[in-house]
Amino acid sequence: MNPYGPVAIYLCVALAAALLFTVLPGLLGRSKPNAEKSDAYECGVEPTSAVAGRFPVRFYLVAMLFVIFDVEAASFYPWAVQMHALRVFGLLEMIVFIVVLAIGYAYVWKKGGFAWR
Amino acid sequence: MEISPGHFLLARLDDVARWAQSSSVWPLTMGLACCAIEMMTVTSAEYDIARLGSEVFRSSPRQADLMIVSGRVAQKMAPVVKRLYDQMADPKWVISMGACASSGGIFDNYAVIQGIDTIVPVDVYVPGCPPTPDGLLYAVNLIQQQIREGGRGGILARA
Repeated sequence: MNPYGPVAIYLCVALAAALLFTVLPGLLGRSKPNAEKSDAYECGVEPTSAVAGRFPVRFYLVAMLFVIFDVEAASFYPWAVQMHALRVFGLLEMIVFIVVLAIGYAYVWKKGGFAWR
Repeated sequence: MEISPGHFLLARLDDVARWAQSSSVWPLTMGLACCAIEMMTVTSAEYDIARLGSEVFRSSPRQADLMIVSGRVAQKMAPVVKRLYDQMADPKWVISMGACASSGGIFDNYAVIQGIDTIVPVDVYVPGCPPTPDGLLYAVNLIQQQIREGGRGGILARA
């Protein structure tokens, strides 16, 4: 047997179990809907406003900008650990990587993405 | 359920469902008054409601099977209790814990509901002021017994 055979079997069983437990309640359970069940849960109090409220789009902006710095930090770490083994090649690769990020960084700065309006 | 000579465990699907249901009666996280302290005590090592499978106090009525009304219900709280009960998934059970929840107790006045069975259907009343944790455990036991002996619950039941 392929050494990864058990893993494949495990994946199939996990998928089957997940599907079973997702589908079975719908088939066997009895649905008794009412208005309160469909309503939002606010600790027993009637919701006074829309639950999925609106919020400023700049939160998305911050989340996207975060990715730049996060990916940078996450990529630096394995390189830093293997820095001596990778020698000049690793250093050049990292410089290319930073230049690509820096272009994006400069673009965001120029567009005023860091100004909190 | 029975074990046949070939060592197969045979059971009706409904019995299995009832066994599973009665072994996982999950209460709603809802403490109303002093009785709630005794209710919290049943989760302690001393009383250990986990033995009955009911240690998972759910923070959402969508996942709860059992409402433990642990204390006096003020007129202002009544619609909240009713709404939470309505939001729980069927089938669902209610324990009225203590004298206040069951009859208003010492609060014989206009501000307190004189027995929560006027707003939600109660399955088991626990006497006491407050009841001991053993009393609450026994109430959960009674509900388990109800489910296993063909009360509400099971696959074939009208929830």
